[in-house]
Amino acid sequence: MVLVYAESPRGQIKKSALETVTYGYQTAQKMGVDCVAITLGNVDNAAQLGQYGASKVYNVANESLNDFDSQVVTSVLAEAANKLGATVVILGHTSTGKSVLGRLAAKMDAGSVPGVNAIPNINGTFSVTKNVFSGKAIAEVQVNSDHKVLSVMGNSLQPEVVGEDVAVETLDVSVPASKIKVKEVKTIDGEVPLPEAELVVSAGRGMKGPENWGIIEALADELGATTACSRPVADTGWRPHHEHVGQTGVAIRPNLYIAAGISGAIQHLAGVNSSKVIVVINKDPEAPFFKAATYGVVGDLFEVVPRLTQAIKDFKAS
Amino acid sequence: MKLLVCVSKTPETTAKIAFTNNDSEFDTSGVQFIMNPYDEWYALVRALELKEQLGGSVTILNVGPASNDAVIRKGLAIGADDAIRVNAEPKSSLYVAKQIAAVAKEGGYDVIFLGKESIDYNGSEVSAMTAELLDMPFISYATKMDIDGSTATIEREIEGGTEVLEVDTPFVLSAAKGMAEQRIPNMRGIMMAKRKPLKVVEAVEANDLTTVATYTMPPSKTEVKMIDPENMDELVRLLHEESKVI
Ligand SMILES: Cc1cc2nc3c(=O)[nH]c(=O)nc-3n(C[C@H](O)[C@H](O)[C@H](O)COP(=O)(O)OP(=O)(O)OC[C@H]3O[C@@H](n4cnc5c(N)ncnc54)[C@H](O)[C@@H]3O)c2cc1C
Ligand SMILES: Nc1ncnc2c1ncn2[C@@H]1O[C@H](COP(=O)(O)O)[C@@H](O)[C@H]1O
Repeated sequence: MVLVYAESPRGQIKKSALETVTYGYQTAQKMGVDCVAITLGNVDNAAQLGQYGASKVYNVANESLNDFDSQVVTSVLAEAANKLGATVVILGHTSTGKSVLGRLAAKMDAGSVPGVNAIPNINGTFSVTKNVFSGKAIAEVQVNSDHKVLSVMGNSLQPEVVGEDVAVETLDVSVPASKIKVKEVKTIDGEVPLPEAELVVSAGRGMKGPENWGIIEALADELGATTACSRPVADTGWRPHHEHVGQTGVAIRPNLYIAAGISGAIQHLAGVNSSKVIVVINKDPEAPFFKAATYGVVGDLFEVVPRLTQAIKDFKAS
Repeated sequence: MKLLVCVSKTPETTAKIAFTNNDSEFDTSGVQFIMNPYDEWYALVRALELKEQLGGSVTILNVGPASNDAVIRKGLAIGADDAIRVNAEPKSSLYVAKQIAAVAKEGGYDVIFLGKESIDYNGSEVSAMTAELLDMPFISYATKMDIDGSTATIEREIEGGTEVLEVDTPFVLSAAKGMAEQRIPNMRGIMMAKRKPLKVVEAVEANDLTTVATYTMPPSKTEVKMIDPENMDELVRLLHEESKVI
């Protein structure tokens, strides 16, 4: 059996959890087994996971699971997998999933593959691909143990409706006391967080200063996109640290990445080159970023960006 | 405070990525290696700052062959007191974590620091494995950390925000950007590093549960399409009709 942990930060099931269930369902189909989902804590509308292929949805209800502790979640998932007889456990490659994956692998003595980007190959052996060297190569990893744990890279596949809501069953597993005290949770409201964003507008040192970011925000607003930046921009405090994308910042793979005034250094590309479509706006026709771009615009960003915002506005009106 | 900082060796960020032996191994010929930036810039430097503030010691730990000593010496030059190298080829994450856990158990450290991820295999899993093997709390992607007595206050990245939490030592932490600022070793540090102890220990028994079968290069991008900067309507049309992303 394949067991999928569907995350529900603050009680809400997000798109990444639906992708994970879809991944679990397709993997289970290939293995010829069932896919079941598990949710932890208070969750709204867990029954919908049935639509994405979970033949059963279990919930472990316990107040203490509303705060995240990798040690507690690992203990709960390992016991659930054992009880249900699951050999493959699938998580999302989110900060939560990544914090649990290694623990669960160690606890179950299972081979693990973090950040898988395609459905496993199963014929005699079990192997699955993931990006390595910051997207510069792909490794096919063979898992040799009986138990396996995988985390699914966001945006690797689209959630797919294959069934209907299923009843949510309570699963009785022990929940150990947490050794961590969560004091405060600060969420960035209104915006889709970068790792989950499908559309991203990003800018670099070509912006000259933080006072000029209005045109980037206007373009992002018009598109419903999340904003990002290059490393020097975050380092000099023009933009907040969480917007820094690249090898030493956040790695993203949105459907559309628009980069204005960013040269396209190899360390920047490392975090964005898995984006489906890349638009580069730069006044220097020799900027290395053009080599990685789908569409390129050579021009002054202070003219091009507002023009693009207007064009999108016109497009939406038509 | 006894602090342990686990560091890995990774190819320099601009290194050319190629493979040999039927595409089953990373081709290291001509590749420069560095200390993994997360380990060096954030984990190690924050550990040194805490030692300067609270007293104690900072030990560097690496699982790898003798050719890793240069990277370890750099950590000593930046300011660590001593180092341990587990003499083994780091072939899989669980294997490495079992080595780290064995050393950590022996040493009785208050905090075990690792980096957010290694920039080569992008696993981000050794730290969580180490915590489980030691049965300790694990704080991932920490961006700030302070210690008062035996209680640490830590800020960490979560989906769409940050979280502030408290935890008692001992615990395992993975360090992300924000923890500290990069330190460049000075001449005196480099000289002193040569005389600091670097202990080599043998590996404990462990299996590799995963193996890399082959490496491939990602499909190459199609040639860039240049758009007239005066004609953004054309770009919007292509994004809608050709690429279907808006
Ligand atoms: C170990 C290491 C890790 C790193 N990690 C990262 C990382 O994670 N992310 C990251 O981004 N960087 C990272 N870097 C830094 C990276 O090497 C580059 O220095 C950085 O990405 C450059 O940022 P930039 O493109 O904003 O600035 P610049 O390189 O200064 O480029 C500015 C660009 O703006 C263009 N421009 C200027 N004015 C205009 C205008 N009016 N209109 C249009 N275009 C204009 C210029 O032609 C130029 O191409 C790392 C470096 C190292 C050594
Ligand atoms: N061979 C190694 N020796 C010591 N520490 C390591 C080794 N490999 C990984 N680590 C630590 O584990 C962290 C995460 O690595 P990874 O799980 O490979 O992304 C790194 O930032 C290091 O702190």
